[in-house]
Amino acid sequence: MTVRAVESWTLQPLTGYVHEAGARLVLLMTPAGQVLAQFGFTRAVDVMAAAALGAAIMASTTELARQLGQPPFAALNHQGQRHGIFLSGLTTGRGPLVVLAVYDLDVSSLGLVQLFFEQLVTDLRAASPREGVPKQVLAADFERELNESLSTLFGR
Amino acid sequence: MTAASFGHALDQITRVPGVRGAMLVSAEDGLVVAEHLMEGIRGPAVAALAGSLATRLRRAMEAAGAGTGQFWQLLCEGGGLLVVPGASGILIVAITAPDVNAGLVRLELLRAAEAVA
Repeated sequence: MTVRAVESWTLQPLTGYVHEAGARLVLLMTPAGQVLAQFGFTRAVDVMAAAALGAAIMASTTELARQLGQPPFAALNHQGQRHGIFLSGLTTGRGPLVVLAVYDLDVSSLGLVQLFFEQLVTDLRAASPREGVPKQVLAADFERELNESLSTLFGR
Repeated sequence: MTAASFGHALDQITRVPGVRGAMLVSAEDGLVVAEHLMEGIRGPAVAALAGSLATRLRRAMEAAGAGTGQFWQLLCEGGGLLVVPGASGILIVAITAPDVNAGLVRLELLRAAEAVA
């Protein structure tokens, strides 16, 4: 299984992260839930659901922090019996991004996922393009762009 | 067990000449529970990698039918890592110079493991 990216500059940093941290699933997305790259997902519907839920969690915790008069939380970790979920925001030249990583507790650990996340942030910052003028999103283009992104993410 | 007693246990290890730092690490998570390190040692990185290594070593020992590991030592050109797995999934870790008295460090690690338990 390989990393698939809509924006090619994310490919190398994310590939390194997946291998070093031993992550099972990874999503790199904007805070709005637009997916830039993914690893491990096999179905588009799973990517869309995970991106929407991850973005919603980030929005909720950011608002919670704002209500408390604090800066946004750095990262969130949730561990179950066999898997852990790590969700964290970062800033790059491309703008703010969110990483959602799912790891097997048998294969990896929160310590490894956090440790190599620091490296991922450094690599993404080094590789990211400068943030350009935001492109106007037209309703007519939206579906075409969404389908193109999904095709790229799943190699269809 | 309190944070102060964790600190005391680590302090005893770092008193041994040649020890550059000591840590309590959650083996399963690879996270630092308590640390007493010299400047320049990346505690979270050591904890994450030592935790991962300990998990793999434990599986290898089990697969080999050798039971549970009681002590392991990694020696490198510039230093070493000595680890005693303690109770409740806590690793007691010492980061040392290459010429350290490993027997003495092991003794202090075992004492710390008892204290942590």
